[in-house]
Amino acid sequence: MTATTKARLGYADLPALLTRMTGDEKHEPSATSTLDVLWVLYDRVLRVDPDTVDDPARDRFLLSKGHGPAAYYAVLAAKGFFPVDWLDDWGSYDSPLGYHPDRTRLPGVEISSGSLGHGLPLGIGVVHGLRAQGHTDARTYVLVGDAELDEGSNHEAIAYAGAVGMSGLTVVVIDNHSSTHGWPGGIGARFAAHGWSTATVDGRDHRAIESALTTALPGRPHVVVATVEDKN
Amino acid sequence: MDMRETFVAGTTAILDDDPRTALVLADISASAFDDAERRHPDRVINVGIRESLMVSVAGGLAQTGLRPIAHTYAPFLVERAFEQIKLDFGNQDGNGVLVSVGASYDNAQAGRTHHAPGDVALMDTLPGWEIRVPGHPAEVDPLLRQAVSGDGSVYMRLSTRNNAEPHGDTDGRLVPLRTGRRALVVAVGPMLDAVLAATVGLDVTVAYTNTVRPLDATGLRELAGDAVVLVEPYLAGTSSAAVDQALLDRPHRTLALGVGRTDLHRFGSPADHDAAHGLTPDALRDRISAFL
Repeated sequence: MTATTKARLGYADLPALLTRMTGDEKHEPSATSTLDVLWVLYDRVLRVDPDTVDDPARDRFLLSKGHGPAAYYAVLAAKGFFPVDWLDDWGSYDSPLGYHPDRTRLPGVEISSGSLGHGLPLGIGVVHGLRAQGHTDARTYVLVGDAELDEGSNHEAIAYAGAVGMSGLTVVVIDNHSSTHGWPGGIGARFAAHGWSTATVDGRDHRAIESALTTALPGRPHVVVATVEDKN
Repeated sequence: MDMRETFVAGTTAILDDDPRTALVLADISASAFDDAERRHPDRVINVGIRESLMVSVAGGLAQTGLRPIAHTYAPFLVERAFEQIKLDFGNQDGNGVLVSVGASYDNAQAGRTHHAPGDVALMDTLPGWEIRVPGHPAEVDPLLRQAVSGDGSVYMRLSTRNNAEPHGDTDGRLVPLRTGRRALVVAVGPMLDAVLAATVGLDVTVAYTNTVRPLDATGLRELAGDAVVLVEPYLAGTSSAAVDQALLDRPHRTLALGVGRTDLHRFGSPADHDAAHGLTPDALRDRISAFL
């Protein structure tokens, strides 16, 4: 890969991209809990690419769990949303890559995040806005963490989206069992109680992730719980 | 019509006229928009009693290019959902119009939970928000239409309390109503009638405004000498820094009157709370006279 061109790279290139940010040759699972889901989304599911980041009818991906964005940046760089050499000085004052993403600084980033519990409520507004403007084919995906579901704002959103049968919305929960008080009965059950269609998959199995992401039921919002290694 | 009814009528008409607009509610005033919701089910959204979701949904609508209006009681709109206002509008580079009712203590009997004397000060910590505090129902519709037709972020603070006559335009300028020499008294929104009564016979200029951010610095510099009295219907001192900034090169004194910080734990009427905070015409006259 050259340093400054917007390359289109593959899954096998992601570890090297991560290394550009972390300096580490090996990456702990906690640093890459989202990596496989993100790759499947951008490689196989989302209808958005560097040429359509401003297309009003594009699919939206909202990274709500904004902390630990290295995997997100690696995937966006691999898909050519920005030059890979932008990874090298991430977090510096002049870098567009913060330790939380900033949509005003980085092409391809749909929302600035970092404070937990904002992405899903914002995503509901996005779905409403797309529908009101006739972009009914555009789908909105929101990625949250299982611990992020501790934030009460998510539960306002889960109940509302289920009650109105919000098709067009898919939530991916990366479950590394890091919620301090846990989710007895399982995360999917929390969504199912409000009428969501649910799927729980191995968060490292690309085929399973893709299948789960693309089998939403009509007339209701969809959640995919992607289980990965425990954080601790 | 009172301010809220004027807002409902105006917003209903705007929703009919402009497909770019959308309204987000959290049950408050929802029944007043039943007809609008029937006509525009995709653009009138009631999320239930979920104020943080209401603000975030409005922020998400803005991300798709719509012009959102979000509306509920002031403490629940600004205070409960403040981080959503900060992050889901401004930090996303998104814009919208927030319209509150309830003001500082319109519903005095409801107690502190329904009082929001700190809303304007809180909004003033955020960059870029215009803040409009109409003093008469007739001021509401032009301010609303200007807010929605623009592309910035606007907070409109409606109240059940108002002056006998409308004053002021949508241009944000101070409107001089009386001329005197010893001080400029700035009356914000619904405070005007009390200020006019309080300053009868005093040698002061009285100016009205329904626009507190941005405060009219040019008008302040033209009308003020070296003494300014601010009379605001929310937390006292909310605009002191804006006055000081406008008069930065001029030695001056400022008396900032408004609602005090004390949680009174009292009910009663708005007039009772005016008295408790020294905002009756008599109390204002005493405080302004002492300052002069």
